[in-house]
Amino acid sequence: MSTVTSKISLKDRFINLYSEKSGEINKNSSALMNSFREEAVERFAKTGLPRKGTENYLYADVESIFGADMEKYFGERKISLNIREIFHCDVPDLETNLLLLVNGRFFNNGQMLKKMPGGIIAGSLAQASKEYPDLVRKHYGKYAGNSEDGLVSLNTAFAQDGIFIYVPKGVKVEKPVQIVNIMIAENDLMAQHRNLFIAEEDAEARIVVCDHTLSAHRFLTNSVNEIHTAGGAKLNITRVQNEHNGSSQVSHTFSRQEGGSELSSITISLHGGFIRNNVYVRLDGERAENNTMGLYLTDKGQFIDNFVHIDHAAPNCCSNQLYKGVLDDYASGSFNGRILVRRDAQKTNAYQANNNILLTDDAKMYSRPQLEIYADDVKCSHGSTMGQLDENALFYLRSRGIDRREARLLLMFAFAHEVIQNIKVDALRDRIDDLVDKRLRGELSRCNNCAMQCG
Amino acid sequence: MQNEQDQILSEVTSGEYKFGFYTDIEQDSIGKGLNEDVIRTISEKKNEPEFMLEFRLKAYRHWLTMEMPRWAHLNIPEIDYQDKIYYSAPRQKAKLKSLDEVDPELLETFEKLGIPLQEQKQLAGVAVDAVMDSVSVKTTFKETLAEMGIIFCSFSEAVREYPDLVKQYMGSVVPYTDNYFAALNSAVFSDGSFCYIPKGVRCPMELSTYFRINAANTGQFERTLIVAEDNSYVSYLEGCTAPMRDENQLHAAIVEIVAMENAEVKYATVQNWYPGDKNGKGGIYNFVTKRGICKGDNSKISWTQVETGSAITWKYPSCILKGDNTTGEFYSVAVTNNHQQADTGTKMIHIGKNSRSIIVSKGISAGLSNNSYRGLVKVLRGAENARNFSQCDSLLLGDKCGAHTFPYIEADNQSAIIEHEATTSKIGEDQIFYCNQRGISTEDAIGLIVNGYAKEVLSKLPMEFAVEAQKLLQISLEGSVG
Repeated sequence: MSTVTSKISLKDRFINLYSEKSGEINKNSSALMNSFREEAVERFAKTGLPRKGTENYLYADVESIFGADMEKYFGERKISLNIREIFHCDVPDLETNLLLLVNGRFFNNGQMLKKMPGGIIAGSLAQASKEYPDLVRKHYGKYAGNSEDGLVSLNTAFAQDGIFIYVPKGVKVEKPVQIVNIMIAENDLMAQHRNLFIAEEDAEARIVVCDHTLSAHRFLTNSVNEIHTAGGAKLNITRVQNEHNGSSQVSHTFSRQEGGSELSSITISLHGGFIRNNVYVRLDGERAENNTMGLYLTDKGQFIDNFVHIDHAAPNCCSNQLYKGVLDDYASGSFNGRILVRRDAQKTNAYQANNNILLTDDAKMYSRPQLEIYADDVKCSHGSTMGQLDENALFYLRSRGIDRREARLLLMFAFAHEVIQNIKVDALRDRIDDLVDKRLRGELSRCNNCAMQCG
Repeated sequence: MQNEQDQILSEVTSGEYKFGFYTDIEQDSIGKGLNEDVIRTISEKKNEPEFMLEFRLKAYRHWLTMEMPRWAHLNIPEIDYQDKIYYSAPRQKAKLKSLDEVDPELLETFEKLGIPLQEQKQLAGVAVDAVMDSVSVKTTFKETLAEMGIIFCSFSEAVREYPDLVKQYMGSVVPYTDNYFAALNSAVFSDGSFCYIPKGVRCPMELSTYFRINAANTGQFERTLIVAEDNSYVSYLEGCTAPMRDENQLHAAIVEIVAMENAEVKYATVQNWYPGDKNGKGGIYNFVTKRGICKGDNSKISWTQVETGSAITWKYPSCILKGDNTTGEFYSVAVTNNHQQADTGTKMIHIGKNSRSIIVSKGISAGLSNNSYRGLVKVLRGAENARNFSQCDSLLLGDKCGAHTFPYIEADNQSAIIEHEATTSKIGEDQIFYCNQRGISTEDAIGLIVNGYAKEVLSKLPMEFAVEAQKLLQISLEGSVG
């Protein structure tokens, strides 16, 4: 359907922006990343932005979010604030290797790439693709490359930097790696970054990702993560989305798991106006295990959309999805989970659950747990519920002298804890328990000593 | 073991389609193609009043602006709508007065189908409105029903005799703008059944229609309208078969049900259109829009379907639960084998307070087929205390078929309780082993297990249908486990 409009379409606006700025984009990135751009623009020209109402974006209105007039910059910019002073993560006992990403670029503290004992590499993706082109080339664009989602092509065309983490064979990273994504600007800003995590055979690592906004402007992030876990690797990723409600983010995570690997990711969404998380996992080797979980606690006009696609391409794998949410005020949410079991992926065990609590009549929730199965010797099941707190449980608590409000909070907390308890970083788990408790009580849920204006 | 099963599988799949005979009756058809003149011709041939022609033309013009839906998990070959005949009727010289005047070949066809059209069948207590290639040939039991004020006749007769009722309700549940196939049907529908149950009447027998596609290359576009007034009850059966033909035949029907206060309507379907041969050649395309509205408080609509036929099925019998305390039910068994594709399910739209719905769907796939459940449960803001429970199970027989579940759950109300559960599995070797141990052959064991699996739905069917459905399951499936 083509409509004649005097305005330039959104798609063409991005394409024009690319042709205008491609020199600057290329200059401030790496040759390897640049080599992917032209093709991505061509792909984007074919697909455009995803439309609301199409099967994959049934409820998320991406066009109106991306249509907002926002600044995009591709050159170096001096950030006037001293991030080190402002950002001080106060999670007790949370000792991490900290990596900062500011407006989609690795924050320059003199060293673009950290080389840690055991051969671990962490830092700027652009820098890594200059220093280790062979290593990056092996993975970059390999997992996200075939996506038909226009937003992924858009990211490939524009992304200049992001985080690169490499854990060599058999190495175990003791301290979690913490990535703090910060958005800070004097204007409304759009940024697109690209992360690449590689865990080689039998490597082990824990990664914590925190999304924050540092100024009250409107922000839009369109990020792509590519994750590779080789045979026997164990990767654990916890992500806390805590941007202010004027910000929007779309993230795409493409994971490829080889035989015997374990990938667990937990996404906790607390604040943020428009959140869309696309998760694509492909289990490529036997006995791989995947856990993908999410918890969303939304209120006011927040919109959160979780889209999960688990592709069982090898036999004997196991996957588990658990998404839980509490929606208050006039918040709306969507869950779309799909388990795809390919023809020869026999002995697959896949499970999927989505549980929601609606607190008001204005809150809306859309749930689509889906199974697509082409192998017969499998055990796959899914369940989805929407409802309220159990009246019997409430009565039980109240008959023991707990007032109604406290009893409700207790039950909601228990509801949320089912997801939180899977967080593998102890200090972080306690902190998130605390944040969730505050969130449910309607108190500001930001870290005490952190001056970041989340929430 | 493997060899044995392969053998059984090939025996079953090479089995002929039981209802694949072709009746050579003089047909009154118009040429291929679709345009406004064709629609005018159809309307004229059927002596329709002006408002019907208007309705058809509006629908046709709307259809031209629409595109074929592509969202279903189906691989639908391009359909050339200009290559179809949109009207085909057994040639009738004069109105028939008694059964004897019915073309004996036609009667033979029905006999093969086992339709209880003749007197002996009266004992079965079934009133049959047999629709053969779109025009009602014979309606029995009319008098018995007429005494109670029940109208049960062909759609074209209803258009002539009860234009007010038709005008009032036609398109009120499925408007012609609803979807691509509904628009097409509204433009070219040839005939169908009309059923009206007046206030306080409990229909004493199961009403039944048999649809059968006969002539080559004709689309079957029938339309059923059931209106149940306050405090009434009716149970309606629909059975479908189609002869074996190579070219794909198109079938796009509409069923509309209106249930007023305290009314209850049960609608049961056994669909056994020709599914194509084992290489996926031929077969019926079944694109059906079925929807009922529980308009009055405390009303109830129940859909039961056994889907074993058709090359491609695209069908979502739905309930709009508008009144307070209304109930919607959907029970389905869908079986696909060889190259069949089915994308079927339901929609439950909760509008009224305390409305409740239940969905039980059992999918069975074998051979190279794909079987999807797609269902929507939507609770609108005003639907306080709405309750839904959905159970969707899939059984895979063989490692080359697919079973999919695509539920859509939309809640706009905090008091709604919605539960959805689905499992996918195959018949356990231990179950078969258990039966084998007790002297039951593998093939019988599978039949036993599948029937047990589908029992929850089959038990909702009226007796005569349950027997037929059980047989159909056996024919479609037995031994097809790999």
